[in-house]
Amino acid sequence: MKLLTCPMNGPRNIDEFQSFGPVRARPDPNATADRDWSRHLFRAENRKGVVVEWWRHVPSNYFFLAERDLVSNEIIRTFDASELRDRA
Amino acid sequence: MPLRLLKYGLSRDYPVSGDIPATPELKPAYDVVIIGGGGHGLSCAHHLAKYHGIKSVAVLEKGYLAGGNTARNTTTIRSNYITPEGIAFYKEGVELFERLSQELDFNVMFSQRGQLTLAHTEATMRSFHMRAEMGKHMGTRTEVVDQKGVEELCPLINMDYGGPLEILGGLWHADGGTARHDAVAWGYAAQASRRGAEIHQRTEVQGFEIVGDRVQVVKTNRGRIACGQVLIATGGMNYDVALMAGVELPIRCYPLQAMVTQPLKPWLHTLVSSVSLHTYLVQSSRGEVVIGGGSDPYQLYSTRSTLDMKEHLAEGAVHLFPFLQGVRLLRQWAGITDMTPDYSPIMGASPLTNLWLDCGWGTWGFKATPVAGKRMAQTIADGRVPDILKPFALERFETFRLLNEMGATAASH
Repeated sequence: MKLLTCPMNGPRNIDEFQSFGPVRARPDPNATADRDWSRHLFRAENRKGVVVEWWRHVPSNYFFLAERDLVSNEIIRTFDASELRDRA
Repeated sequence: MPLRLLKYGLSRDYPVSGDIPATPELKPAYDVVIIGGGGHGLSCAHHLAKYHGIKSVAVLEKGYLAGGNTARNTTTIRSNYITPEGIAFYKEGVELFERLSQELDFNVMFSQRGQLTLAHTEATMRSFHMRAEMGKHMGTRTEVVDQKGVEELCPLINMDYGGPLEILGGLWHADGGTARHDAVAWGYAAQASRRGAEIHQRTEVQGFEIVGDRVQVVKTNRGRIACGQVLIATGGMNYDVALMAGVELPIRCYPLQAMVTQPLKPWLHTLVSSVSLHTYLVQSSRGEVVIGGGSDPYQLYSTRSTLDMKEHLAEGAVHLFPFLQGVRLLRQWAGITDMTPDYSPIMGASPLTNLWLDCGWGTWGFKATPVAGKRMAQTIADGRVPDILKPFALERFETFRLLNEMGATAASH
């Protein structure tokens, strides 16, 4: 059983979580060409390395972020989405 | 020793050479460099040599021949997709498989036993009607069967009448089948190398030298190669290899896990697949039951196996065939699948004029080994994408002309 440490619920079986994929910057809807919209919709981070991605703890419907290594599958850290907002 | 044997021993054909020659020295230049020594790349090399007279070809393989997804897939061959473009392409693929052992002078153990996909909900039955009508329209053998039809095609199945996973009917695809995956790759490799193509194992591509809009040099761990044309056909590594050339593909990589049971007497005479259970089964000619195919629920580049996925596949398999409960698992494995947003492959041109793509094969690539190789060879030889491949172009994502095959893809996603 692989554990994922939820910032709200603590360490839980990763089966309780749903991955929502890598974080991507939201384009400005008033200043984005079709080509860039396509890029936003269809291309996600897939390099061998660490990604920051959205996860949801399904029973509590709590969304948060995790840094995870796409090669070793090590979950480096998890944090609340407010941290991302504060950074931006 | 009988004299007759001695006569054979003294003939020029003795000793018989191996089917696939050892890796030769790298030459400084080739007309075509194929990156990836799996089924697709080897099929392309064969078609280039046999049908287009292009023999200055190097197939570069980082590991050993056909050791990636060619070795790890679950050998389903079918054309019961949902878009006309998809069906037309995969139909040609099935037809090439029907003649493949003769084409390659190599037994690929093709067995056209039909594929039965099961529906447990009315919504699935509706989608089956659509797939069946599309399939008939495109000239494939695809039809909807009711409960009685399922029982006739697969008498040992648990129909679960009145239960939560009652089987309501199925999609019967008489063109469906299976073949020996390794033999397909070996047959192509043998034919391609006999006609002059070189297969370089343990030869890893480490980068490209790009001048203007052309790849001039492919850099490998064994030296630099000047190239006329380049094809990327590296399965789970397609994103990585394309990125070295500055091409960012709309691909996300997920492991796909599968497993086989101990050999059993022949009892499963069709391919069986359940959309709701995310499980499919096929009995190999050795008698092992191959059970697939669980995609991991998040992106990863690791081919580890997990107990979670084994439990999930076992649950589906035992639900359909309860007598499998006491059967032992023999092997388990995973492959890295390069998933596209619309569950269709990316074939054809790249932003570089001499770099061609045979990518985005996700969980559905084995069945297309002959046809993708044939059509990519034609593309490279002509310098132009044939009509049958045009819908699969990389630009379709920019023009929002997607080819959605998600519902016709068997593995769980």
